[in-house]
Amino acid sequence: MTTSTPDIIDLLAGIKPGSSLDRIRTQRPETREQAQKSYLALFEPATTGDVSLVERQAIASFVAGLHRQPDIFEFYASPLEESEANRWLAEVLKAEIGVAQAAGPYGHYPSGPLSVENTEGPIYRVSSTSREALGEKLSAGLEHAHLLVFHLRDASPKALQALLDAGWTTNGIVTLSQLVSFVAFQIRVIAGLGLLAASARRVAA
Amino acid sequence: MTDHIITPVIENRPVAFTQAEIGWTPWLEPLAEEDLTEAHLAGLVEAARAKSPYFRLLVRDPAVLEARTKTDKDIFYNTRTGLPRAERELAATAASRSNGCIFCASVHSRFAAHHSKRGDDVQTLLDEGVEADLGERWNAIVAASVALTATPPSFSEEHIARLSAAGLDELEISDVIHGAAFFNWANRLMLSLGEPTPPTQ
Repeated sequence: MTTSTPDIIDLLAGIKPGSSLDRIRTQRPETREQAQKSYLALFEPATTGDVSLVERQAIASFVAGLHRQPDIFEFYASPLEESEANRWLAEVLKAEIGVAQAAGPYGHYPSGPLSVENTEGPIYRVSSTSREALGEKLSAGLEHAHLLVFHLRDASPKALQALLDAGWTTNGIVTLSQLVSFVAFQIRVIAGLGLLAASARRVAA
Repeated sequence: MTDHIITPVIENRPVAFTQAEIGWTPWLEPLAEEDLTEAHLAGLVEAARAKSPYFRLLVRDPAVLEARTKTDKDIFYNTRTGLPRAERELAATAASRSNGCIFCASVHSRFAAHHSKRGDDVQTLLDEGVEADLGERWNAIVAASVALTATPPSFSEEHIARLSAAGLDELEISDVIHGAAFFNWANRLMLSLGEPTPPTQ
């Protein structure tokens, strides 16, 4: 099953076998393999533990949407869109992504010499109609994802308490944090290598 | 044994970017060393990491931690070809400075300073921020790392052209991209699961 999963970074960055970027990735086989294993551990896990597959796909879609990466959003949202039972969820996520847009990183430093660098930005809360549809746990997960995507330096024990209050476990919060942070990494590798591949093709042409 | 947060009381907490050896303390309960199973030890990759509360917290999801750790090591330590280690650490430091991760910036600025022997320039980056003038090659690496760190990313063809003009080939540019991108993973974990503590002694 997992052996049939294509390399996601190659797929989404448009890196074709035999291209110059393919050769560059071949020189970092461990990075390529372990980035893929990270993806598999999060999205095709042996056991889902305290975070369901649908929750994982929903949060990853939201993170991709906040980064304004339509192809990566589609990649994570397509299992939801293709399922009769979850199509509504993809629609709710699109609406929430629309109102959750911002430009990061912003936020506050601990009081001291860096306070002059504090910058303000929105604090996102799921709309009340969406919250009813999504439930407390997934709503809290999306709110935390927004914090981690845009204003990570505002993170606090209180933000983790909000997750516990909404039904997340400590193990679940670790998986959620890894998921948002991994997707933030993956998006940047895809965006960076995608541009590098395009500029290499132009030089070769 | 219900799940709970930890709110540490910290005297003299680090409030500025520094190359000093500061510490880190978690806001959620790490696993106890004596409770680690074979699966957890595999997730830690190195047995010595069982001493670290950060890794004993992340090991609650051992499969992800194992892959994350191996990704990290290859991006930074596989230096037979490509960008010198110092400049991979510079990319990590620039991303951490931009996101505001005082702990990550302390560790990787020390590595950048050690491997480049340019401790003063590294300190200028910490003190003045990502607009500091560090010479064109480093400026290009910092600017690319910061653009990639923005959400949404503002990394563009101009950043690639500037890196290329500064003498970086495609593999080296790819190493900058990976170094900065990886710290967008690490910064988020370090900033959201705990906080820095002052140097011991």
